[in-house]
Amino acid sequence: MEKIKIDHLEKIFHSQNEMKINALTDINLSVKENEFVCILGPSGCGKSTLLRIIAGLEDASFGKVFYNGQEHIKPCRDIGMVFQSYSLMPWLNVLDNIALGLNFSGMAKPKRLSIAEEYLDMIGMSNFGKAFPHELSGGMQQRVAIARALANNPDVLLMDEPFGALDAYTRIIMQKELLRIWEQRKKTILFVTHSVDEAVYLADRIILMSGSPGKIKKEILVTMPRIRDRSNPEYGALTAELLVLLEET
Amino acid sequence: MQNKFKMILLSLILPALLLIIWELSAIWVQNATILPTIGKVLENFMHATDNFIGLGSIPRNIGVSLIRVMSGYTAGVLIAVPLGVLMGYNKTIQQVFETLINIFRPIPPLAWQPLALAFFGMASIASVFDMPFGQQYVFWGNFKIAMVFLIGMGSFFPVVASVMFGVQNVRQTLIDSARVLGASERDIFFKILLPAAAPSIINGLRVGLAIGWGCLVGAEMLPGSLAGVGYLITHAYELARIDLVITGMICIGVVGALLDSIFKIISNKYFFWESKTR
Ligand SMILES: Nc1ncnc2c1ncn2[C@@H]1O[C@H](COP(=O)(O)OP(=O)(O)OP(=O)(O)O)[C@@H](O)[C@H]1O
Ligand SMILES: [Mg+2]
Repeated sequence: MEKIKIDHLEKIFHSQNEMKINALTDINLSVKENEFVCILGPSGCGKSTLLRIIAGLEDASFGKVFYNGQEHIKPCRDIGMVFQSYSLMPWLNVLDNIALGLNFSGMAKPKRLSIAEEYLDMIGMSNFGKAFPHELSGGMQQRVAIARALANNPDVLLMDEPFGALDAYTRIIMQKELLRIWEQRKKTILFVTHSVDEAVYLADRIILMSGSPGKIKKEILVTMPRIRDRSNPEYGALTAELLVLLEET
Repeated sequence: MQNKFKMILLSLILPALLLIIWELSAIWVQNATILPTIGKVLENFMHATDNFIGLGSIPRNIGVSLIRVMSGYTAGVLIAVPLGVLMGYNKTIQQVFETLINIFRPIPPLAWQPLALAFFGMASIASVFDMPFGQQYVFWGNFKIAMVFLIGMGSFFPVVASVMFGVQNVRQTLIDSARVLGASERDIFFKILLPAAAPSIINGLRVGLAIGWGCLVGAEMLPGSLAGVGYLITHAYELARIDLVITGMICIGVVGALLDSIFKIISNKYFFWESKTR
C-alpha cells in the first residue's frame, strides 16, 4: 500500500528582494508502507524543503501530498521528523526532551519518562538523562533528537541528514540501530543524506535529486539483502555508479 | 577562592576612587551646601532611624517608596506581559497595538506628570478603596494614583517591548519540531513559546523595574507627597541639606542595585541554559 504519495509537487520561494527561487519542480514520488527511501542530492537541491512540505510544515506552491490516501496539510504526530539543525528544547534536560512528544499526547509523567529512558539507552547515552542540550556535543544532540522522534512512535519518519554530525564509528552504529527499529516497529522512512555509502547501506530505494530547480533525476532500487556487507562487490559497484551520477548533477 | 577575591577587588576599584575624589573635592570646596564630606553623609546612615527634617526615618521612606514603585510596577507589568506575549504571538494583534506603542514609548514617563495630576488629582489608594479615616488612611494616602500611574508608565514600555521580542524570536526549528511531535496550538504557546521566551521576559521585567524605580524621584515630586526617598531628596534640597540629598541618592542606587540582583539570581538559577545555547 502507498503510505506517502507526492503528486506534481512544486515549490517556489519568494525571497525578500522579489526574487523567485524555484526550489522544487514537478516532484512525483510514492513511498510504500514499510519502505526505506533515501533521498540523495547536492546541497541546495531542495531535499529539506521536500521533507518540510511532506511534514506539513511548509505549503506546496502546486501539487499535493497524500498520507494514507488523504491529503496531508498539517503536521501531526504520525509523521515524525528529525531536523538537520539543532532542534532540542534548551530548557529541558535530555529525558524531558525525549519525552516531549509523549507529553503533548498527555501521557503521565512517570510513564513517559520510563519510555524516554529506554530510548536513552538505545542511543547509548544512559548517563546523560539529566544533562541539558548545551552540555552535549553536536552529535549527541542529534542522537537525542532521533530518540525524541522515535519515542513518539510515528508511523512515518522523515529524517533530514540525521547522522551528518556523527563520527564514522557512531554513524555506523546508529545506522544499524535505525535499521533494527525500522524492521521491528514497521516504520516507513524517508531519509535525506549527502553520503552515497549511507544511502546504499540503508535504502530499499534511492531517489537521486538534482538542483536548480530541484527535481528527481533517477530512482534506483537496492535489492541487496540486509545487513549489507560493505565489502560486497555489488555494494561497491552501486556506490561507484551513484558517485558518477551525482557528479553529473 | 583567590580568583573570587580578585574579582571583588576589581569591582571595588572604581567606587573607591569615586569616594576619594568626592572626599578630596569636599575638603577643597569647603561648602556643605555644594558638596558635604563623606563623614557627614555617613552620619546620616549611622542615624538611619532618626526622624530627618520631619520626614521620618530612612527605612520608613525607603519602605514607602518601595510600595509605590511596586504598585505602579505591578500594574504596568500585569498589562505589559500578556500584551507583549500576544503581540509576539499574533501578527494581527501586533499590528493593532504597535503604532500606538511606538508613539508613546519615546515619551519620558515624567512628561506625563501634568496629565497624571489632571486625571487623577489627589486620589490615592486610600481614597480609591474608600478606607475609613484613621492611621490606615493616612498611610495608604501616601500612595497617590498619579504616582502609581507614572511609575506604571515607566515600566510598561520596556517590558512590553522585550516580552514581544522574546516571543517573536523563538527559533522556528523549535516550534517546527514541537509541531511534528503533535503539539497543539495550546502546547506551542504554553510549552514552547513561553519557556523559550522566559529569559527575555525576565530581562524585560528587570529593565522595567529599574526604570520604574528610576521614575521615583519624579513621581514623588508630585504635590501631595509627604514621604518617600524621592520626596526626601527634593525636600532636603529645599532646605539646602545636600548631605541628605546624597543620602537619598545612595539609598535609591543601592536599593535599585539590590532589586536588580534579585533578577540576576533568578536568571542564573533558572535560565542558565540561555547564554550557553548555541
Ligand atoms: N524559507 C526559504 N526562503 C527562501 N528560499 C528558501 C527557503 N528555504 C529554502 N530556500 C531555497 O530553496 C532551495 C533548496 O533549499 P533546501 O534547504 O531544501 O536545500 P537542501 O537540499 O536541503 O540543501 P542542504 O543539503 O544544503 O541541506 C535553496 O536554493 C534555498 O535557497
Ligand atoms: Mg537540507
